[in-house]
Amino acid sequence: MRYRSYVTSWTYVSSVALMLLLCVVAQAQKKSSCIECHIKLEDTRLSEPAKLFDNDIHKSRGLSCNDCHGGDPNADTKEAAKDPAKGFLGKPKTLDIPAYCGKCHSDANLMKRFNPSLRVDQEREYYTSVHGKLLKEKNEARVATCISCHSVHGIRSPSDPLSSVYPSNVAETCSKCHASADYMKPFGIPSDQYPKYKTSVHAKALYEKQDLSAPTCNDCHGNHGATPPGIASVANVCGQCHARQAELFQTSPHKAAFDQKQLGECITCHSNHAIPKPSDQLIGTGAGTLCISCHSSGDKGFAAAGIMRSRIDELIAGIDKSTAILTQAERKGMEVSKPKFELKGATDALTHARVLIHSSSTAEVEKVIGPGLDVAGKGYQAGMAALGEWRFRRQGLAVSLVFILFLAVLVYLKIRQIEGRQAANTVTRS
Amino acid sequence: MRLVKIVKIETLTKWLDERLTISSVVAMAQKKEVPLHRHSIWYYFGGMTLFLFCVQVVTGILLLLYYRPSSESAFESVQFIITEVKFGWLIRSIHSWSANLMIATLFIHMFSVFFLRAYYPPREITWLSGVFLLFIVVCFGFSGYLLPWNKLAFFATKVGTEIAGVVPIVGRPMLRFLRGGDDVTGATLTRFFGFHVAVLPATATVFLAIHVLLVQLHGMHVPKKYEHNYQRMKFFPNFILRDLIGWILAIGVLAALAALFPWELGEKADPFAPAPAGIKPEWYFLFMFQTLKWLPAKILGMDGEVLGIMAFNGVAFLLFLVPFIDRDPENRRRRLIFNVIGVIALLFIVVMTIVGYVT
Repeated sequence: MRYRSYVTSWTYVSSVALMLLLCVVAQAQKKSSCIECHIKLEDTRLSEPAKLFDNDIHKSRGLSCNDCHGGDPNADTKEAAKDPAKGFLGKPKTLDIPAYCGKCHSDANLMKRFNPSLRVDQEREYYTSVHGKLLKEKNEARVATCISCHSVHGIRSPSDPLSSVYPSNVAETCSKCHASADYMKPFGIPSDQYPKYKTSVHAKALYEKQDLSAPTCNDCHGNHGATPPGIASVANVCGQCHARQAELFQTSPHKAAFDQKQLGECITCHSNHAIPKPSDQLIGTGAGTLCISCHSSGDKGFAAAGIMRSRIDELIAGIDKSTAILTQAERKGMEVSKPKFELKGATDALTHARVLIHSSSTAEVEKVIGPGLDVAGKGYQAGMAALGEWRFRRQGLAVSLVFILFLAVLVYLKIRQIEGRQAANTVTRS
Repeated sequence: MRLVKIVKIETLTKWLDERLTISSVVAMAQKKEVPLHRHSIWYYFGGMTLFLFCVQVVTGILLLLYYRPSSESAFESVQFIITEVKFGWLIRSIHSWSANLMIATLFIHMFSVFFLRAYYPPREITWLSGVFLLFIVVCFGFSGYLLPWNKLAFFATKVGTEIAGVVPIVGRPMLRFLRGGDDVTGATLTRFFGFHVAVLPATATVFLAIHVLLVQLHGMHVPKKYEHNYQRMKFFPNFILRDLIGWILAIGVLAALAALFPWELGEKADPFAPAPAGIKPEWYFLFMFQTLKWLPAKILGMDGEVLGIMAFNGVAFLLFLVPFIDRDPENRRRRLIFNVIGVIALLFIVVMTIVGYVT
């Protein structure tokens, strides 16, 4: 009985081992004649795809050349591998590329096997883009297709920093075509967007601060459905991030005026690609301000711009004054961390006021400037009190030291008196 | 009227004397004498340390009126003391400065006793109680440093307890005991507060009583060189009045330090924030910290840091044994060896502290 059990166990273990061995052998035998041949070719146009494919996301998901190009990767001859009877498709034409990729990427059931969260509407969206429309409707092969942005054979995940569509690489990828004046000439569109964008506040945030949430081309224009936002929709584009400013603008008297004059809502003041860091110098009635480009002395908007600017300047001056005196007190060793923290309330009010100017309402701006000035005033008073306390301590110290020294001298004199008496007693006794 | 007053005071004094035998204490104080020789100046440092300890007790009690020992409110309560409480800044600064001065005078006192051989028989227990007091005072400093719950204190405590944690066998349990868990948290603060205001003061009082009592019992030590050639000064009032001048001047120094260099509070501790760069312990731990920093990672196959900590523990233990090793005033060779060791130790502490401070 015991012997039979031993034999049964041995047979079971042997079977499992054999199966594992067969699997390993089968895996070793799986080959790709496409890669084997193409990697040896001297023509780099033909060998490069085989080399690039090593880093391709499709390869890491178990796909191979034949999954896109068809054919038989197990065949030993070129003819057999590229046999149309075996579904060989070869290199697709530019016009066919969206459908070529969409064969899998538009198939929700198929994509679920690899990445259930990946969208499957890229192809459909692409045909709503300027690129897609030109491709489909005018057979324009010079427009961007999937591979223009995502590259081909060396395609990486968009979350891979080396990917051409990683946030910090997108502008450069778009610029390959859009920054070329010759390439853009037939389409009649400018080619200065990329250099302008590089000077913008958004580019500074993206490249200098490494803030990947800062907008790049696709955040405003869309990616697969890339289109220039029209005048009517530009505020919605900016409002995706600057929601409060967009909301305030909609309620402002500027909204109707801009609509009437067919002006782009945000871009008229802030420009589009070369958006500078907003500053208080933009608002007001002085030279160099934006408001005077439409408003002139005597109209309501001119007066409102003047008031808003002067109140903002007042708050800035108040904060600066309070900060200076608190810093001075701090350098003298006074504990002012609490008033310094509370002064942040005035800085918050200033930030809020800068947002509220989009309402173009002096009353709205005043609602936060007033309390902000109160906070700044309290900070200044706290700084003054700290400096007063510092002076009081010095004076107190001087008085105390005089008293302490006086006391020490008194004790010293007392010692001398006692010791003098003791010496006299000793002399008398002797 | 005046006569009635005198009579009443005399009656009260007599009443008290019958119960407390004050007159015998006064007679003893009047009879007590202090030796006068070239090194008598060092006698004042013991009294100065005691005075600063009293300052610590008084200011500590005043701080206790407002201090709240929890991670949520400790920092805020100290901030309240120094900004809102009348003269709270002065009390807090004096408490911090006085603590540092007390440790300094204690070191001076210990080295003066060491070099003048004031531990020779029959003063061994006086020395032992003094060494115990030294370690208690250092513990006071370590536990009190965390109480404001600021960034520097938090990370210094973290580093300090980590050093204690590397001691073989007892290190890990000791670390958990000190921290009240695996990390420095509010539990550590509560624990340190308990040590600082209850355990350490009680222990210090016991050892201080023994120390002072023994000094009275044996009198002040006279170095061998002056044994047959010294004058005497009355303890009361001559010596005590001189002490008083020192204490009055100490108050002046403390007031000046507190007013001119108020002890900083810094930023509130944030356990999730990274440790500030170049973090250092208090100056009296700096020489040990610097030594551990300089030690190689491995010494004779052993962990350098562990070896360093064990060596410091060994030195601390040897400090207790000093009066039992060097007990013969006639042994000139041993006296020379102890002098050399003392000078090397003193130089080592001074140099490493300066290096630690500068680097």
